[in-house]
Amino acid sequence: MSFRPEHEIHRRRLGRNVGVGLLLAAFVALMFALSIVKVTQGDLMHQADHAQSVGAAATTETAP
Amino acid sequence: MTDIRSFDDTGEAQFGDYVQLLKPRVMSLVVFTALVGLLVAPVHLHPVESFCAVLFIALGGGASGALNMWWDADIDAIMRRTKGRPIPSGRVQPGEALAIGLALSGISVVMLALATNVLAGALLAFTIFFYAVVYSMWLKRSTPQNIVIGGAAGAFPPMIGWVAATGHVSVEAVLMFMLIFMWTPPHFWALALFMKSDYGDAKVPMLTETHGRKVTRAHVWWYTIALVPFALALGFTSIGGPVYLATSVVLNLEFLRGAWRIWRRDEAVAEADGYKVEKQVFKFSLLYLFAHFCALLADAALRSWHLGAW
Repeated sequence: MSFRPEHEIHRRRLGRNVGVGLLLAAFVALMFALSIVKVTQGDLMHQADHAQSVGAAATTETAP
Repeated sequence: MTDIRSFDDTGEAQFGDYVQLLKPRVMSLVVFTALVGLLVAPVHLHPVESFCAVLFIALGGGASGALNMWWDADIDAIMRRTKGRPIPSGRVQPGEALAIGLALSGISVVMLALATNVLAGALLAFTIFFYAVVYSMWLKRSTPQNIVIGGAAGAFPPMIGWVAATGHVSVEAVLMFMLIFMWTPPHFWALALFMKSDYGDAKVPMLTETHGRKVTRAHVWWYTIALVPFALALGFTSIGGPVYLATSVVLNLEFLRGAWRIWRRDEAVAEADGYKVEKQVFKFSLLYLFAHFCALLADAALRSWHLGAW
């Protein structure tokens, strides 16, 4: 069995695929970092939760 | 048949060809101005959020560049300056460029909205629409004012950067927009005067082709005059300061002097000295914009040290 010699097209494809792969890995890492930042900051989320719980409590108290 | 011999040398794109599709030189201006808009804003984002904001604004700019190249592939193939671009040279297929442009548009808008706020994402979507549809598909081939109105697309990035940080549009953001918007016409017309371009062959109605070079010279002068009040006004807002105002006064005086010289020059004289003044003014216009935004950064730094603010 003999291996086919590598054609120039294979090198081009390898370069392109490695580039896309690295970009995707960088995107995943960035999304992870952004998620961590959003979750640890969480100011807006806390405010929204607080507003909802206050609203719910007020509704319960004023209910007949 | 999928035999590798069926591909010729220009039939398969490399990674760099896709990067070229995003107009990296234009992207560098987008990154710089968006970053300044973000940094001079009174609200400071987390560094990761700031990085994401600038990255996705740049990606949106790149996406609109890919859509522009897809639409303009026919005229790019005619003009010397653009015939080496990935689509006319056959390295990237038009369908690929369209798919990349649309996909990156969607990704950049959604991710900017998630990373910062919905208004910033909406502004980025409008910018992409403006450049790809209003400028590329409509204005570019129909009116010699294409540069004037189309310049809005390049003027949005600092405003988007500002909105990404603050969540709203304010007078500072509008004036940063106006600075680039009003700067674009004299900058491009100075270039059009010394670039013996083939826009005429491509049937793109540039002012030099439709109204002649004498009228274009007058336009450079009058649009530079219109630019000055916007540039100076930015110095009196909350993001201005002594560094910006001093820089702006000097730069505007020099730009006015250059525009005046262009206006008063005869075409024969300009041709005899190889468009020396036009080339000087074009180069200076690049410095003009760069220095204005650097001065904004300098004043922001002084403010953070409690120095030099208004």
